[in-house]
Amino acid sequence: MPNLKDLKNRIDSVTSTRKITKAMQMVAAAKLRRAQESAEAGRPYAERFNAVMAGLSAAASGSESAPKLLSGTGNDQTHLLVIMTSERGLCGGFNSSIVRMARARAGALLADGKTVKILTVGKKGRDQIKRNYGDHMIAHVDMSEVKRVGYTNAQDIAKDVISRFDGGEFDVATIFYSQFESVISQIPTELQIIPAKFEAGESDAAATIYDYEPDEEEILADLLPRGVATQIFSALLENGASEQGARMSAMDNATRNAGDMIDKLTIEYNRSRQAVITNELIEIISGAEAL
Amino acid sequence: MADTMQFDLVSPERKLASVLASEVQLPGSEGDMTAMPDHAPTITTLRPGLLRVVSAEGTQEYLVTGGFAEITATSTSVLAEQALPRDEVTQDLIDGLMAQATSARDGATADTMDAAVKLVADMAAVSDDLGLSVKQ
Repeated sequence: MPNLKDLKNRIDSVTSTRKITKAMQMVAAAKLRRAQESAEAGRPYAERFNAVMAGLSAAASGSESAPKLLSGTGNDQTHLLVIMTSERGLCGGFNSSIVRMARARAGALLADGKTVKILTVGKKGRDQIKRNYGDHMIAHVDMSEVKRVGYTNAQDIAKDVISRFDGGEFDVATIFYSQFESVISQIPTELQIIPAKFEAGESDAAATIYDYEPDEEEILADLLPRGVATQIFSALLENGASEQGARMSAMDNATRNAGDMIDKLTIEYNRSRQAVITNELIEIISGAEAL
Repeated sequence: MADTMQFDLVSPERKLASVLASEVQLPGSEGDMTAMPDHAPTITTLRPGLLRVVSAEGTQEYLVTGGFAEITATSTSVLAEQALPRDEVTQDLIDGLMAQATSARDGATADTMDAAVKLVADMAAVSDDLGLSVKQ
């Protein structure tokens, strides 16, 4: 049986752990609110953008001169997987679930004899991917200096991806991120960004015949790279909210577990103390009886 | 004829305006244009410039750095790359944008040179409109 001093120390250490996890939970809750707000603020833009692009691309995809970003290179031999994860840990299964999904995809592609290239955003995902697919990794984007995700961050990533596409490094690009559903549920999601797919919006948008200025193809060429950036941006925002949500519930659990543990240890501590006292009493009484 | 239309100005980071407007002046990449209710459906790209919205609450001005606008008979939506109300525009901000444009021009290849030079010129013109000085 551990002695009283040891038990006391353990109770103290679990108590301070609980304080830390409680603090992290509250910080995550505050950050979550902010991340959710920016995710919501970004939604109208993305929705409008997709609606316009759906109309435009439906019109252009038939023609042979459609930009490569839309129509693809014609084959799908080389795949680029853009895996977005967090910079910090202690957020439950958030990073692992994204990585697991990406890994399954990479495995399936490799089994099909395709070439896989991996670009990671965020340190945690890189560390996990390195173990199995280290030699497929071509680049990493470090977000640890970024306090608040801005559109420029997304643009930088998009520029990098597009220049690689133009350089013929890959045929298909897919991003992996976590869709924020609620604090307790974040859904790992994969989304193909090149060749671009836009979900056809309501039919009335497609029915309107627009004048284009400059002409349709020029607009499309101008907007497609922006579309890639927009999709990456909303993925980053969703990821930010998911990360904080996951951290919040993970820390909530940790706080509760620490509380349970403290209760258990306290009971054990009291029992030991009682046992010590009983022992002492027995010694005294049996000593007195022996006289 | 309806005398107002729905006007929305959104940037990737936030929604800046959503009002009933009677007139919107846009800095289109092929020239300025004014959209009024019952305008023919048009999609146009934007150059850096000032966007002016006339509504019942008066006239509001925004700085946009590019993007595109979707005009229909009943609504005008501007999806700007970056947009700011005029009174939030500071000299520092203009300097930063100008520096970006200039560095893009200096790093431009023959293909993109025209566009980059135009971008710098557009930025200079906007700064001028705003009454801010331009550092080249």
